[in-house]
Amino acid sequence: MRPPKAAARIADAPVTPGASVAQVTDQAEPARASAGRPLERRLVLVFVSLGALLTGSLALYLTWGVDGHWDFALPRRLEQVAALAIVGVAIAVSTVIFQTLTQNRILTPSIMGFDALYVLLATTLVFVLGSTVAESIDPLLMFGVNAGLMMGAATLLFKAVLGDGTRGLYTMVLVGVIAGTFFGSLTSFMFRVMDPNEFDRLMDQLFASFNAIDTELLGISAVLLGAGILVAYRMAPRLDVLTLGRERAITLGLDYDRTVTALLLAVAGLVSVSTALVGPITFLGLLVANLAYQLTRTHRHVVNLTAAGLLAIVALVLGQALLAHVLHFQGTLSSIINVVGGVYFIALLLKEARA
Amino acid sequence: MITIQDITKSYGEATVVDGVFLNLPDAGVTSIIGPNGAGKSTLLSIVSRILGADAGTVAVEGLDVFRSPSKDVAKKLSILRQDQHTSARITVGELVEFGRYPHSHGRLTPECRAAVASAIDYCDLGDLTERPIHQLSGGQRQRAYVAMVLAQDTRYVLLDEPLNNLDMVHATGLMRLLRGLADTHGKSVVLVLHDINYASVYSDRIIAMRDGAVVQDGPPARVMTPEALESVYGMAFHVHELDGDRMAAYFR
Repeated sequence: MRPPKAAARIADAPVTPGASVAQVTDQAEPARASAGRPLERRLVLVFVSLGALLTGSLALYLTWGVDGHWDFALPRRLEQVAALAIVGVAIAVSTVIFQTLTQNRILTPSIMGFDALYVLLATTLVFVLGSTVAESIDPLLMFGVNAGLMMGAATLLFKAVLGDGTRGLYTMVLVGVIAGTFFGSLTSFMFRVMDPNEFDRLMDQLFASFNAIDTELLGISAVLLGAGILVAYRMAPRLDVLTLGRERAITLGLDYDRTVTALLLAVAGLVSVSTALVGPITFLGLLVANLAYQLTRTHRHVVNLTAAGLLAIVALVLGQALLAHVLHFQGTLSSIINVVGGVYFIALLLKEARA
Repeated sequence: MITIQDITKSYGEATVVDGVFLNLPDAGVTSIIGPNGAGKSTLLSIVSRILGADAGTVAVEGLDVFRSPSKDVAKKLSILRQDQHTSARITVGELVEFGRYPHSHGRLTPECRAAVASAIDYCDLGDLTERPIHQLSGGQRQRAYVAMVLAQDTRYVLLDEPLNNLDMVHATGLMRLLRGLADTHGKSVVLVLHDINYASVYSDRIIAMRDGAVVQDGPPARVMTPEALESVYGMAFHVHELDGDRMAAYFR
């Protein structure tokens, strides 16, 4: 393994490419296959456990405390499970993509102010039109405008800061952070001067819980989520290459600007799905993405996207069950997720600091 | 042949590369030398389309690197830059497989596997294929990245200061490996070097840059002279003939 050995080989016996290929494939293939098996076995184990965990938590959620009122409870709970699953997968997939794009494992798309934009839009509507008019707006239209706005803003921001390519995505993230803070300040300004009754109704709307889901939005969310997942999985090999960073990705023939634009669009769409359905859940994405990396121990996105999505559904379903039956709705699902996610985040930081 | 025509690049007021015309050959080892800030790395980045130019064109065998589809360029030209940190867990084997991306787009063919195995063997990484790259030493990691470039199997291989942070054992090992690439694999190796004696011993051609322009260009015998080197670096050199190689002394 020392260079002199390699050098000696070059100097003494100039290997012809063909000969070395034949000779090496014979030796290296069995070695690779036997050494590659632990990873595959690990992945099988991970996905079997995740599947079992998912089945278990779904069964728990659907059957806990039904008390014989099946025809009432089951359709309602199935609808809730669908919403939880859509939100969970949207958050997981968008976070994994965003972390690969920024090459940073402690960022989530919310740092770019995506959800701040959503809150600002909802607040402005109530502020300008009054809650009665704002609530009468077709939720589907609201959702469409919102998703469109986020995706437009993301593309525009990326194009604006791109330049000759040297500034990289961090400039974009930084501009996003500033924009997010700005949106937040505008929102809190409106909160302050708003009529208290209007403010109450706005809060209800912004922090929509899973107990009152808009079934109308469920359909369009599922469609948008499907599109996002399709983009993510089709681009999984390109995401793998992006793990190596911008320069290597370009060297390997990736159309970087186009790929990143498409992926940012997907992220914006997925974030608008999750925020429209439940409002901001900051830590869930961070939690499930990093858990997924730790479990799978691979960079392959097909694997990590799937694992993170499954973990997110499990986390949300278990959290909601906990909320309903242990805490008796004294609190919100986002607060449970944020407590668990916050503790994990600190543990992650401490571990990174030691490594 | 790589044809560089009138490439210019400025950062604000400072012009880093100033209207460079250059042809890089399709074989052999070509070294680019010059003082810090001469524009060597910038030029190499532009040639490999990582950095956009303000003006001018670069064509690889007639293929404009900025306008042609990136995947077509990636089959002709690869570049190895300074180590970039990646947080993902990638093994040496997987890294080398990434080199096949321009050809396979993520699905390895038997031909790809053969190329990967051959690259791993050529760079003597057989024992390390399952090791994550962040656990490797500097020299091993450099060899892993060279193997990845080798698996990409492009005619032109560009390297930006590949000897940085390597001790003389690993530096000489790498230079021999690169020379071998040119001699036995018929590749054109173009590298930015700071050590002019490595450039002298291993190159077929040395290009010297200063203040964004090419000031010397020729075989080592022509560029490795006290006068030529002084015109590049602005300091005095002694050049000695040593076992047929020209070595520059500049330590006093």
